[in-house]
Amino acid sequence: MSMKRYSVFAIAREAMSFHQNWEQAWKSPAPKKKYDVIIVGAGGHGLATAYYLGKNYGITNVAVIEKGWLGGGNTGRNTTIIRSNYLQDPSAAIYEKARSLFEDLSQDLNYNVMFSPRGLLMLAQTHHEVRGYRRTVYANNLQGVATEWISPERVKELVPIINLGGPRYPVLGALYQARGGTARHDAVAWGYARACSAMGMDIIQQTEVTGIRREGGRVVGVDTTKGAIDCDKLGLVAAGHSSVLADMAGFRLPIESLALQALVSEPIKPCMDVVVMANTVHGYMSQSDKGEMVIGGGTDGFNNYTQRGSFHHIEETVRALIETFPMISRLKMLRQWGGIVDMTGDRSPILSKTPVDGLFVNCGWGTGGFKAIPGSGWAMAELMARGASPLTEEFSMYRFREGKFIDESVAAGVAH
Amino acid sequence: MLTLECPCCGVKADETELQAGGEAHLKRFGPGASDEEFDGYMFSRKNPKGVHFERWRHSYGCGKWFLAARCTATLEVFGTYPAQTSAPPADLIAKIKAKRPTWEGYQ
Amino acid sequence: MSTRLSKGGRLIDRTKPLNFSFNGRRMAGFSGDTLASALLGQDQMLMGRSFKYHRPRGVVASGAEEPNALVGLGLGARFEPNQRVTTTELFDGASAATQNHWPSLDFDVGAINNSFARFLPAGFYYKTFMFPRFAWKHVFEPIIRQSAGLGKVPQERDADRYEYAYAFADLVVVGGGIAGLQAALQAGRDGKRVLLVEQTAHWGGRAPVDDVEIDGKPADEWVGKTIEALGKMENVTLRTRTMASGLYDHGYLLAYERIADHTPGDDRPRHRLWRIRAGHVVTATGAIERPLSFAGNDIPGVMLAGAVRDYLVNWAVSPGDRTVIVTNNDDAYRTALALHDAGLIVPAIIDARTSAKGALPEAARAKGIRVLEGRGIAKVKGTKRVTGVSVCTQAGEGAELEFIACDAVAMSGGWSPVVHLWSHCGGKLIWDTERAMFRPDGTKPPTGDDGKGMATAVGCANGALTTDEVLADVAKQLGGKAAKTNAVAESPIEPVWIMPQGAGPELKMKMWLDYQNDVKVSDVQLAAREGYQSVEHTKRYTTLGMATDQGKLSNINGLAILSDSLHQAIPATGTTTFRPPYTPISMGAIAGEARGEIFQPLRRTPIHEWHDANGAYWEPVGLWRRPYCYQRPGESVHDAVNREVKNTRAALGLLDASTLGKILVKGPDAGKFLDMLYTGVMSTLPIGKCRYGLMCSENGFLSDDGVVARLSEDTWLCHTTSGGADRIHGWMEDWLQCEWWDWKVYTANLTEEYAQVAVVGPNARKLLEKLGGMDVSKEAIPFMEWRDGTLGGFRARVFRISFSGELSYEVAVPASEGRAFWDALHTAGQEFGAMPYGTECLHVLRAEKGFIMIGDETDGTVIPQDLNLNWAISKKKADYLGKRAQERSHMASPDRWKLVGLESLDGSVLPEGAYVVADGVNSNGQRNVQGRVTSTYYSANLGKGIAMGLVKHGPDRMGEVLDLPGDGGKIFKARIVDQVFYDKEGAKQNV
Repeated sequence: MSMKRYSVFAIAREAMSFHQNWEQAWKSPAPKKKYDVIIVGAGGHGLATAYYLGKNYGITNVAVIEKGWLGGGNTGRNTTIIRSNYLQDPSAAIYEKARSLFEDLSQDLNYNVMFSPRGLLMLAQTHHEVRGYRRTVYANNLQGVATEWISPERVKELVPIINLGGPRYPVLGALYQARGGTARHDAVAWGYARACSAMGMDIIQQTEVTGIRREGGRVVGVDTTKGAIDCDKLGLVAAGHSSVLADMAGFRLPIESLALQALVSEPIKPCMDVVVMANTVHGYMSQSDKGEMVIGGGTDGFNNYTQRGSFHHIEETVRALIETFPMISRLKMLRQWGGIVDMTGDRSPILSKTPVDGLFVNCGWGTGGFKAIPGSGWAMAELMARGASPLTEEFSMYRFREGKFIDESVAAGVAH
Repeated sequence: MLTLECPCCGVKADETELQAGGEAHLKRFGPGASDEEFDGYMFSRKNPKGVHFERWRHSYGCGKWFLAARCTATLEVFGTYPAQTSAPPADLIAKIKAKRPTWEGYQ
Repeated sequence: MSTRLSKGGRLIDRTKPLNFSFNGRRMAGFSGDTLASALLGQDQMLMGRSFKYHRPRGVVASGAEEPNALVGLGLGARFEPNQRVTTTELFDGASAATQNHWPSLDFDVGAINNSFARFLPAGFYYKTFMFPRFAWKHVFEPIIRQSAGLGKVPQERDADRYEYAYAFADLVVVGGGIAGLQAALQAGRDGKRVLLVEQTAHWGGRAPVDDVEIDGKPADEWVGKTIEALGKMENVTLRTRTMASGLYDHGYLLAYERIADHTPGDDRPRHRLWRIRAGHVVTATGAIERPLSFAGNDIPGVMLAGAVRDYLVNWAVSPGDRTVIVTNNDDAYRTALALHDAGLIVPAIIDARTSAKGALPEAARAKGIRVLEGRGIAKVKGTKRVTGVSVCTQAGEGAELEFIACDAVAMSGGWSPVVHLWSHCGGKLIWDTERAMFRPDGTKPPTGDDGKGMATAVGCANGALTTDEVLADVAKQLGGKAAKTNAVAESPIEPVWIMPQGAGPELKMKMWLDYQNDVKVSDVQLAAREGYQSVEHTKRYTTLGMATDQGKLSNINGLAILSDSLHQAIPATGTTTFRPPYTPISMGAIAGEARGEIFQPLRRTPIHEWHDANGAYWEPVGLWRRPYCYQRPGESVHDAVNREVKNTRAALGLLDASTLGKILVKGPDAGKFLDMLYTGVMSTLPIGKCRYGLMCSENGFLSDDGVVARLSEDTWLCHTTSGGADRIHGWMEDWLQCEWWDWKVYTANLTEEYAQVAVVGPNARKLLEKLGGMDVSKEAIPFMEWRDGTLGGFRARVFRISFSGELSYEVAVPASEGRAFWDALHTAGQEFGAMPYGTECLHVLRAEKGFIMIGDETDGTVIPQDLNLNWAISKKKADYLGKRAQERSHMASPDRWKLVGLESLDGSVLPEGAYVVADGVNSNGQRNVQGRVTSTYYSANLGKGIAMGLVKHGPDRMGEVLDLPGDGGKIFKARIVDQVFYDKEGAKQNV
């Protein structure tokens, strides 16, 4: 298997024939009878898992099964923020692994995922937040994550449109990660899908898993709307529906499904180059390459599978952001949407073996999964191929009964 | 934007008056319980795509907790009832079964 | 050229001319104009540039669906980008400027992209700009960002205000066309509480434009009479300029009222956001006309046929002198007839259908208009303005049969019902092959809290095509009798997705689907070819339908092309998801009144104003504000804190402790309840005494602490942290209502009922004695006891408790007397050196004594055992909240980090949050750590830095020196010491 490489020269060549001869980015094959590994869920995490199974471990007899269209879940619904300024060691390790993979991802996949390390800052607006973020900076420096504490004056330089002296919550400084930023979310899924397909893996869309077949405590395959498919190992990587799948395999995950919302404004000319998160007032914002202000909202408090959220969260978010960036008052909301996120008891993910042999889960990324995609896939591939990974060790689904939590709300308050 | 009828004060309350409280009818496990029992009680909560029983508090109203049966896929509310019960009322169960014949029932 | 006709214009008032400026040029219009009609009236067809190729753009539509004609409106603090000229009502003095071009609208350097369009197909950026690696962020992306974007950035703080409003209705009818009016009339007669909203300033929708007669009356007259009838019904509310932007779960409807967009600066709120609970919603939202996909269909002067008619009838504006009509349905003939009747030239009607024999085509023929059957447009000629069309056979490949000179093209590809509201909350659509449209599936409406349908689509929004059908549909679904109209029968539409049918790639690269985002037929076909076959993939890959109009014109055409490319039926492709809002709504309206000082509620203690007037440097604590310290003139924050710290230990400090949580717990089972809530035993506390207590979450982590006082046999008063009062009260109620509902316990959050002042320092007793009224001696109120009495005439409850290690009284008085009591203390205390102190001094004093602070020593991951607080955890109790959790292996581990004092070797202040490093790295290459600083302060009393921290095996390692990396590579050396730094014996508080 191979793929035609993308480049400016390829575009020029294809332009001569009115772009009639581009090949398919990925194949849409019928499922085979059996695979070494099946991944359920062709979102970023599932596709990245498949990709690194092939790239790092030579396992290419892999199918990625997707209920809808690839990248159509939270991968295609998030606000595209990439950062690794996490407080706890296990989180910092996997998010920094992801962030560092993003640095070369376009070249690695031969697909421009538009990783833009434009800089990310988290505003401290209470003394409590100042303490939390300073602590994070010290932790990050020991974890090999480059972050720094910056003054309000430096914040203003980086974000000229910011209102430092809000009457209620003046900006006291910020936690700054210069190599944090954004990437084009769809492109991440598409780039991985194309690379997986080129390795001979099958991406099977519009196919729903309806059952998980086990024999003697071991997974042997899945039932799908396109028939039964056998496998040696199975990875469940389907945020939003993790509980439903675990239920098919006979165990329960410590997960609740909640709706998370986001919105964009109409596009305007560039006015903010960095990503700004204001956790005291619960709002964060960046500007896309198209010029839209991309805004993240809050989660509903109740279990929900509808991909719609409640409007009062949007109001709260916009209110907070107008305090922080008064100029957006005269912009207009173009579109709002929701996604279903997995919430665990400590708001950190689960990458874990399960009570079923050969069955692995990758879920529970809460509101912050997109940024983790390459690291999550890398670690999950290692876990599935070798049975253990230092990156996943602390993210076991059994940590809750040991009381061994990875709680990120400690410093940042939120985990977007 | 849900509305739920508070069984205590009878008001059809807007979501902004309410606070969600997670799974209803939890059995508390304290000292003496196994790790599995405690884990099940604290973390491995029910998360069905479909009929769900859950706790709500009329925080900005009468302040009372109550319970609701709601579909997490359509947000249909089958009924609400006082929190001081250890299982859903039989008539509510019957009502849900009539509406959702394939529902496996309260477990 | 486009001109204003000398007669007609049902919406304009020629007696009221208005002036406005466009790109700095002075122009004129009439009252009733939109900005679009006024511009067209003065031959300003060019109104913008497209997003990607910067192609010239003219107005194409007449309403909310307009993708092209967006301007920056207003100046300074009232500037707003991306305003659609078609929905902007003209007002005197309006100032508009076009967008997305440099240096000017007419000459735009960015249009060079157009020359390279062939090299910039859909998704080109995914395939290139990858080398060298840094170049994306530093070269390519900045160029793309600069050329993308649309409107200019507002620079000033918004001068306008916004508000929320609420409404409840049995029935909300959305859309004030004849369907909506008839629906509201019927529901109003049925006695329902009805709200009717219309997004424009006018009632009647399209019917008056189309010469419709209802019950033998012209539409305008029928509309006027109906509005009059509705106005007389007390149960009906009418609201224009109000757009229903989204339908949310359980009948929550959001509507956006543009109150003062057309009267800026008149002191009214600019927008009002209506939060409506609707028993049921009727969507009478009409339909939107589709463009046809022929080469050059984006050239200014090519417009929707319905829009051409609107401009002509409503505003007496003719977009062109010679207008060619191109269509696949009968409706466009109405435009031809209207133009002809206005004395304008219609050189030809190009009908893609092989036969056009209905009443309307015959009427056109009868007036001598040329009808070309089975024909299409091969290409439109012109750059910034149409100059003519090249006619071809629709069935062919585009060979020119004849050239027709014209300056406008009116196109109609059929009509699509506006199904947005119906779909927002899950209403399903079906593809109607005969009518070539997606329309609501009446059997699968969006459902409400009762599981039943919460919306009904009527009229054109439900797929009706003629006025007869519209009124019959309303009668069928809402009752009543349908009025007769003068509707003529129309012959069926013939779907045309590409014109001509056999067009080659070169022509397809000129057929625009999404005018604003520059997505063409060839782009959608490319996406399909490359495997982006889901309609969502195609949308995202090509950006089809992602512009500010959200695909109102382009989506159906695009997915038809996609379906064709994939050789599948249109329903198999489906639509993208409809998301709110229907048209963009202002962020200001979403935020409402809450901004500036009233952004969030501010909680004030009874003494708040005194603090504010006496130099308080505020710190937000939840929704409260507390003085961090009190700055004197010329004094730094740091100096102020040190002064307060010294003074309180040496003389007397006063702290406003009113924010402290005060929860009364009462009842026969109150003691039992508190024994479950706290880790210690509260039931045995004697009346009159106080006890320190810890509360844990059920997950075992320390969540709050405070002093509990037993007031009577069945009454306890629980103090909580300032930030924790509401949370803890809710927590108590949760357990009482949901778990132990048979226990007889009553709780009340009395936090705001009392003002509380801590009187702290060696002179504390002297001050209280001076006020007089009760015995505050050591014997009368021993440490950790409380008494009721009076002080200086104030009813007071005096707690002898200390968070500072000093002689200390916390005195609670009724909130209404709090300020007077504070004043009395402050005045009487002057001779004893009384000074107020703030939260930072409080922190330093408690740290000097090694007391923990919730939020500093705890962070949600700390259990009481980590903090050497085992003395406050009962060993005897069988159970308390959090006990089982604390038995889990990791929580019971001897390797947990434990609290110790930390003292830098050089006396400096250790950095806040710094970590204690250990040797080596972990399996992920991260430096090993063995502890961290939880609190660190400069102690003015001790003249050095003091700190507390959590350290692995800390209490067993007294005297050991640790490394803590600080900023800039500096390593702090600190020794593990006892956490009590000051007055270890506790002599000062026991006096």
